[in-house]
Amino acid sequence: MADTKMFELTGKVAVVTGGNGGIGRGIAIGLAKAGAKVAIIGRNEGRNHDTLVALRKIGNPATTLKLDVSQRKSLKPALDSIERELGPIDILVNNAAFAVLKNLMEHTEEDWDSVIETDLTSCFLLSKYAAQSMVPRKAGKIINVASVGGYKGTPIYPSYGVSKGGLLQLTRCLAIELAPHNIQVNSLAPGWTTTDMTDWIRNDPQYAAVKQEMITRTPAGRFAEPDEMAGAAVFLASEASNFVTGADIIVDGGFFIR
Amino acid sequence: MAAPKMFDLDGNVAVVTGGNGGIGRGIALGLAEAGAAVAILARNEEKSRAVVAEIEKLRAKAVSVHLDVTQRAELAPAMAAAERALGPVSILVNNAGISVQKSALKHDAESWDRVIETNLNSCFFLAQIAARSMMQHKRGKIINIASEYSHFGTGGVISYSAAKGGLVQMTKSLAIDWARYNIQVNAIVPGWIKTDMTLPAQSGPFYDEIITRTPAGRFGDPEEMAGTAIFLASHASDFITGAIINADGGFAIR
Repeated sequence: MADTKMFELTGKVAVVTGGNGGIGRGIAIGLAKAGAKVAIIGRNEGRNHDTLVALRKIGNPATTLKLDVSQRKSLKPALDSIERELGPIDILVNNAAFAVLKNLMEHTEEDWDSVIETDLTSCFLLSKYAAQSMVPRKAGKIINVASVGGYKGTPIYPSYGVSKGGLLQLTRCLAIELAPHNIQVNSLAPGWTTTDMTDWIRNDPQYAAVKQEMITRTPAGRFAEPDEMAGAAVFLASEASNFVTGADIIVDGGFFIR
Repeated sequence: MAAPKMFDLDGNVAVVTGGNGGIGRGIALGLAEAGAAVAILARNEEKSRAVVAEIEKLRAKAVSVHLDVTQRAELAPAMAAAERALGPVSILVNNAGISVQKSALKHDAESWDRVIETNLNSCFFLAQIAARSMMQHKRGKIINIASEYSHFGTGGVISYSAAKGGLVQMTKSLAIDWARYNIQVNAIVPGWIKTDMTLPAQSGPFYDEIITRTPAGRFGDPEEMAGTAIFLASHASDFITGAIINADGGFAIR
């Protein structure tokens, strides 16, 4: 009886970078369940394949593309290939990211450049290429997966926080520029989530005290699961959020505001 | 058809204060369409009954309860009446609000108190009443309708901005306190929306400034607030609490 049509993504084509694991996979599955045709861009062919199997079980067309988003020259051809296979891109989810867990003194220039490249620069480039397709059609959704680490400083790994902070700002700038073309650009900022990226804090005994601090500081009392990111992603991908742009949705069980 | 179940509000009972016009009505209709039974708590019963009729046309359940939110003694009886009619309240939308346009030097105490009472204090007391019930059912959603004037200062509506700023802080604090009961508390910042309250801003130089500063290039319609409200009222947002969501065509970030 309930009519939740405004959240449906039937027939929409969504690209999720890093969609073969962790939060990206949680988002990809959520978009597929809402009706979208999902394309996964990821580096690991095995994980790409496993995710494709899961997407196919949901029943909508899906595809994967083996690609490291730091390969600038391959980004536009990748989106072109996805459009040939699934159709024009309606939704871009910039999710692929990694962190180099080194403090300032240990951080090499290469560490810094590689994190900025994947976590920020690729988001700018993919947004540009996707927007080139979306602008003529006067509709589109770009969702940048940022992080509470884009607001809060961290005692180590400065390049990650800088990328995520930059991504929040990229979101706002693109939101302003693309609004006249009816393209909404928003971000989703996860807090501490159970993924490979947080394996170090969850499972390494040397970080037990830090983990406890993070959990104590989370009103919900636990880390998130990747599929708990899906709701915000589907909302931002759908027409339910057509007047929402330049916004950030923090999904963190209340960590940030405590 | 792939209507995502996580946004479905079947089995929920929503209270929307000031739900008989403007943004409140837009949200009330949206929640009803998504499956909730809706109680409209407001002063003008004729307007409330009209919205109830609209909701019933959607084949959802609705009831109108008279409430002036500044009358503290009426808050609990009004919520009790809503629960008697529809069942335990699982969603509270603190939407009722007034604005008094007096400059800071001329702002009298009576107007100040009335604005703070309506836009902030009543939201707290209603949240308290709702939470006592929600705790028993181990879940609940409280959605506070904030404002751009929660983010920004203004020389024009000083008491309104103070109340709306307080409302955002209250949102965060209640979120922290009530997470243990599985009650999520969040706020929506509507942008400039076409309602009676913003009529003075819908023409003239201020209108021009608003349009220039809104990337979407227009005022929003009250119905456009429904999607964000349904999202925050539903399981799709169960790990989101203390969040302040701008639904404003980009006004806040330009």
